[in-house]
Amino acid sequence: MRLIVPLQGVVQGRGGLIFGSLIPCALFYFLQLYLKRHRSPKPQSNPPSPTTSSPKLAEMTRTSSRSNLFSRSIGQVRISSRAISIAKPNESPYYIGLDKASEDPYDRLSNPDGVIQLGLSENRLCFDLIEKWMSENLGHSITGRDNGELNINGIATYQPFDGTMELKLAMAGFMSHIMGGAVTFEPSQMVLTAGATPAIETLCFCLADQGNAFLVPTPYYPGFDRDVKFRTGVELIPVHCRSTDNFALSITALDQAFNQTRKHGTKIRGILLSNPANPVGNLLSREMLYAILDFAREKNIHVISDEIFAGSMYGNEEFVSMAEVLDSEGFDKNRVHIVYGLSKDLSLPGFRVGVIYSFNENVLAAARKLTRFSSVSAPTQRLLVSMLSDARFIEEYIKTNKRRLQNMHALFVAGLKGLNIRCADSSAGLYCWADMSKLISSYSEKGELELWDKLLNVGKINVTPGSACHCIEPGWFRCCFTTLAEEDIPVVLERIRKAVENTTDLLNSS
Amino acid sequence: MAIEIEKPSSVRLSKVAISKTHGEDSPYFAGWKAYDENPYDEIHNQSGVIQMGLAENQVSFDLLEKYLEEHHEVSSSGKGAPGFRENALFQDYHGLKSFRQAMANFMEQIRGGKAKFDPDRIVLTAGATAANELLTFILADPGDALLVPTPYYPGFDRDLRWRTGVKIVPIHCNSSNNFQITPEALEAAYQSAESMDLKVRGILITNPSNPLGSTIQSSVLNDILDFAVHKNIHLVSDEIYSGSTFSPSEFVSIAEILRNRNYKDAERVHIVYSLSKDLGLPGFRVGTIYSYNDDVVTTARRMSSFTLISSQTQHLLACMLSNHEFTQNYIKTNRERLNKRYDMIIQGLKKAGIECLKGNAGLFCWMNLSPLLNEPTRQGELELWNIILNQVKLNISPGSSCHCSEPGWFRVCFANMSEQTLRVALQRIHKFMEQRKVCSVNQ
Repeated sequence: MRLIVPLQGVVQGRGGLIFGSLIPCALFYFLQLYLKRHRSPKPQSNPPSPTTSSPKLAEMTRTSSRSNLFSRSIGQVRISSRAISIAKPNESPYYIGLDKASEDPYDRLSNPDGVIQLGLSENRLCFDLIEKWMSENLGHSITGRDNGELNINGIATYQPFDGTMELKLAMAGFMSHIMGGAVTFEPSQMVLTAGATPAIETLCFCLADQGNAFLVPTPYYPGFDRDVKFRTGVELIPVHCRSTDNFALSITALDQAFNQTRKHGTKIRGILLSNPANPVGNLLSREMLYAILDFAREKNIHVISDEIFAGSMYGNEEFVSMAEVLDSEGFDKNRVHIVYGLSKDLSLPGFRVGVIYSFNENVLAAARKLTRFSSVSAPTQRLLVSMLSDARFIEEYIKTNKRRLQNMHALFVAGLKGLNIRCADSSAGLYCWADMSKLISSYSEKGELELWDKLLNVGKINVTPGSACHCIEPGWFRCCFTTLAEEDIPVVLERIRKAVENTTDLLNSS
Repeated sequence: MAIEIEKPSSVRLSKVAISKTHGEDSPYFAGWKAYDENPYDEIHNQSGVIQMGLAENQVSFDLLEKYLEEHHEVSSSGKGAPGFRENALFQDYHGLKSFRQAMANFMEQIRGGKAKFDPDRIVLTAGATAANELLTFILADPGDALLVPTPYYPGFDRDLRWRTGVKIVPIHCNSSNNFQITPEALEAAYQSAESMDLKVRGILITNPSNPLGSTIQSSVLNDILDFAVHKNIHLVSDEIYSGSTFSPSEFVSIAEILRNRNYKDAERVHIVYSLSKDLGLPGFRVGTIYSYNDDVVTTARRMSSFTLISSQTQHLLACMLSNHEFTQNYIKTNRERLNKRYDMIIQGLKKAGIECLKGNAGLFCWMNLSPLLNEPTRQGELELWNIILNQVKLNISPGSSCHCSEPGWFRVCFANMSEQTLRVALQRIHKFMEQRKVCSVNQ
């Protein structure tokens, strides 16, 4: 059961999104504080005994609870403060858009007026290859056949929580291949998790205490807010990057953010990077990686490098992994941790396969124990060992994927250019970072969200607004193009054009 | 794992990372190490340590294998375009509807239809371990407390406390009434928490109980629920062994209690379930939270992003558990075989002069070795445990690791091995008891 918050209330709230959510939150907080202080255990009258006859009530139906959150919390059984904030209706356009798109999904044949999903970075370009592999190989690859006998024992029983050695080996090989063979990954330094999402959270639990913080360059993947903050109590401090230098990270900005935060009494425990970057799609240069490592050493903090898009390169630039830089220079490896997963490069987000790769034995030891809360399912492990070990298939997949990504990217970006929408320079990822600031009525977050709303409800396309990614400049949108087929591109462009045509007229006439 | 002395410039780890709350230094896990280093094997290592500390169900694998053999298409994740693509992309935290439906049906079947489950109240997690932790995050804040009856599953110390910062306050139970939970014990635990300035947020019971191997009686369940209502706190019922009751009529689920009360006060009740024990598939990582509280369902769903079940696995199991014929047969046969194993071990222990708590469920029995202790203390129990581990070469779980207030009780698992291995284990126990008789006679 999900409650969709009416867009009107979100977008047109007085004072904007921030005040619209901050004030009620603050009021709610104070209310809870008041209740906490003044609540005394009141012995209730005898609870109804099971044998007392009571009026026949209907089978319990689920009620719409969100509107009753205030009244229900008084005298009703309480949930934790952590939960209360998570239970609130999600006001972020990132999630609202995803919901809307999934409720009315576009289909060229069966639902041509549906919402086109450009807000979920999913890669559908190479499914045909995976399906072909499955149909040729799947029979024995899950349940396994030892001596021709079906053997479920191998996958049914308790496995090592941090993943089987077979899968770690296969993963290490795959990661190395993806990164052009420039790095060798040690299976013993790997911890496998049910997706990159728990990999990030687990690392946060290991590297920071409640109330500590990580520096994160903006714009960043909206999911980090959840992954890092939900349950750990760790904060994210944005380090703003700007379009003037194509959203490149600067050490000066890192340093400023570090000092500011420290002045306020919050301890910074590390930097959280995504490389290739999401949502911009640019790469960190070798020199930049050195500079970041120097900075981390100087401040004695950790570096988490989320390299989940490393295998989704379409540009000509070379991807350099943190691991590669560490290999070559004498940096202190104990502070570096890499996150990876199969959701993007291999298009298998449903299978839940993520990796923590660390050089720090203590972190590995703790992370290993924490994987009991988020392990990879055994039949999936076995399937992937088979798939990742198929060198011929992997070779073909990586090559074809790159080619198709390049193609889609080129077509999409050219298409946007035709509408006078330029994109940031990017070399990787499943999306482009589009500058629609000329199309917004006021150069502000409010203006941006109005455009987002129009694109979603009038144009019926779901894109991710820059504000959801904490971008400091309004008007940027992340558009994922890998869920599309070539034929869909003109449809998307037409819809954008239609959604903004009145705006541009307005802009032209003023 | 030794904690190195940190050099001033060496980069720091969190309190969670260096905490010992994972509990892996306790005897419960030390025994496993001994087993790992010298595991018994019927053919290759007959003098090795027999693992009786792991509650795993291996008695019904053949039924699973037969199903998979006959339904090849199930494990191929929708061979042929339409099914597979959607499945591989499916990462919705609502979970596959067909799988939730199948789980709801399975849970109803286990309870003989005496309770109904709404698939939309099912939240999926990668194992019951994650389910229990998730519920704790949702129901309690750091520093709050949950009441848990002793003896309890050693893993709770880690699952409920480690990352959540929540404390466990024990509800002491003892052998005078077969370790049943009493209203007095509940109240005493609550008072104890209050005296330590801890806010109690809920009670967590395991029914059927681990390590006792017995079901909780209907009247006791009512008492517990009444207590929860009276104190306005939550009640979590971990029913992971519900399908491993030897006789279906003896298990009463909290769901039935609620149904009998027309679901009054249901919004404080949450059930945890998993396929790790009943279906013997711990490797698949399949757990569920069933909550009657809308906010808990919503929040749990969102939090489950950190612990989703592989869509491939969901699909496979949706097919398997929707097959009514298979599930009926499996549940029935599994019960019979577990019952048979239980009888076998109880008889064997009895012959060796060892008494056990009367059990009717689970993959283990609760064995009373208190007459053998040198001293009726935890120390005495650990000394005995050491002898059994290192001389008799059996890894069993000492009651102290389950926080049992009476020393001398041990949990012995019987379903994670072949019948032959169980016979060997019983022979070893017999021999051990004989030797002790001889020793004591000679003194």
